[in-house]
Amino acid sequence: MNDVLLRELIPAVTAVLVRRGVDFATAEDAVQDALVRALTTWPDDAPRDPKAWLITTAWRKFLDTARSDGARHAREIRIASEPPPGPTDDTGDTLDLYFLCAHPSLSPPAAVALTLRAVGGLTTRQIAEAYLVPEATMAQRISRAKRTISDVRLDTPGDLATVLRVLYLVFNEGYSGEIDLAEEAIRLARQLAAMTDEPEVSGLLALMLLHHARRAARTTPSGSLVPLAQQDRTQWDTEAIAEGVAILQTALARDRLGEYQAQAAIAALHADAQQASQTDWVQIVEWYDELLRITDSPVVRLNRAVAVGEADGAQAGLVALEQVELTVPRRTAVQAYLRERAGEVNSAAHLYAEAARAATNLAERDHLTRQAARLNALLH
Amino acid sequence: MAKYLLLKHYRGGPTPYVDFGTLDQWKPEEVEAHFQYMRDFAAKLESTGEFVEGLAAAQEGTFVRYDGPGRPPVTDGPFAETKDLIAGWMVIDVDSYERALELAGELSAAPGPGGDPIYEWLELRPVLTEPPTVTE
Repeated sequence: MNDVLLRELIPAVTAVLVRRGVDFATAEDAVQDALVRALTTWPDDAPRDPKAWLITTAWRKFLDTARSDGARHAREIRIASEPPPGPTDDTGDTLDLYFLCAHPSLSPPAAVALTLRAVGGLTTRQIAEAYLVPEATMAQRISRAKRTISDVRLDTPGDLATVLRVLYLVFNEGYSGEIDLAEEAIRLARQLAAMTDEPEVSGLLALMLLHHARRAARTTPSGSLVPLAQQDRTQWDTEAIAEGVAILQTALARDRLGEYQAQAAIAALHADAQQASQTDWVQIVEWYDELLRITDSPVVRLNRAVAVGEADGAQAGLVALEQVELTVPRRTAVQAYLRERAGEVNSAAHLYAEAARAATNLAERDHLTRQAARLNALLH
Repeated sequence: MAKYLLLKHYRGGPTPYVDFGTLDQWKPEEVEAHFQYMRDFAAKLESTGEFVEGLAAAQEGTFVRYDGPGRPPVTDGPFAETKDLIAGWMVIDVDSYERALELAGELSAAPGPGGDPIYEWLELRPVLTEPPTVTE
């Protein structure tokens, strides 16, 4: 049994304990314990029924904890001696866990950590490694998150928008580590899409698939960023694109547009172009207009200016850029790009250097520095 | 979350707000209280899930550079008086820039002689991240 299959069992196992009356935080701890044990013992001695093994192991762990904690858990001990309930609804319970772990009372990073552990079935060590913090720090972040939601009842209807936001963050801002967070986000979005009937969930899944399809082309072997226009499109994953487009079309047909569907539509239009020069920028601008109507986000306005620059020329792009507040990150980089396209090489070189100084990530800073150096070499 | 580097300088940076001297001139219990504050601060950040790492550097350091093929590196220093000298650093992982400022302010209030805050200047630097996947 591979680790992904093991992870898929985790939310259902937690749900079994919760159904038996254990509070979520305690149940989740017990399951984490069983998970860590499974990862060490299964490679040599895999159980015939992995889910039953996890339930039994987590249950014993809970009983041990409850006994050692004494009276505080007396009530739970009583529950433990009662027979487990009959048939269960795994789907509904797993969905409840998504809602709980992405509860609006949690900060986004707390929700991300808790979702990865309780729904994703990752260990604290794996999550800590993925976000480059010590395991003890991540453990604290998770237990604080659990305390924050300790009064939330699992039967309260959840907020799907915050769940989608959390999965988007896992996909978009994940670091690299032993666990591929982009793939983990896709797995969780896929699982969520199977349990819900909401076009925006499909929209998010499509968006992830369409961007993930470009992964191999996005960086050089040495790790430098390759801008979309210069990517080797033969390296794009056509299977992921086909799946993303199909999911998106089904969602769009339901005529309940949302921000993730609109973003996915833009990604699909890029995927549709065999070469960068064949990109349908006019239609992309129209989708940005839709997106602006939905979100009115400054980042969308910035990206729209890039698209306008491609559709109607650099000058038009620069005019569109005037609508974007000066404080929006990456605005200077976009301005540099459009100025160069407008033939203002000197100004573009300065702006690229300025954008590099303000960059918040290493790959982008290096990319902008290269652009500034390239233009300065032309000027000298 | 965003990571920030909190840099503590032995020397350098803006003019000190108060002159608290060097630690070797403080009373032993004042020195101990100062160190304890640092430990408590790190422990608190661990419990809030915001601590990444902290290190202290020795007071003396040497500048080193390459000196051409086949030649040993050239060293310069240690110097008794340099313009700037890093004392140590702490890396934190926080929700916002405002939170980073708040924590830096708190660390700067470490006690000095007489138990008063030393109002120490700390340098706050954002750490570069991985690039986001979706940028269009």
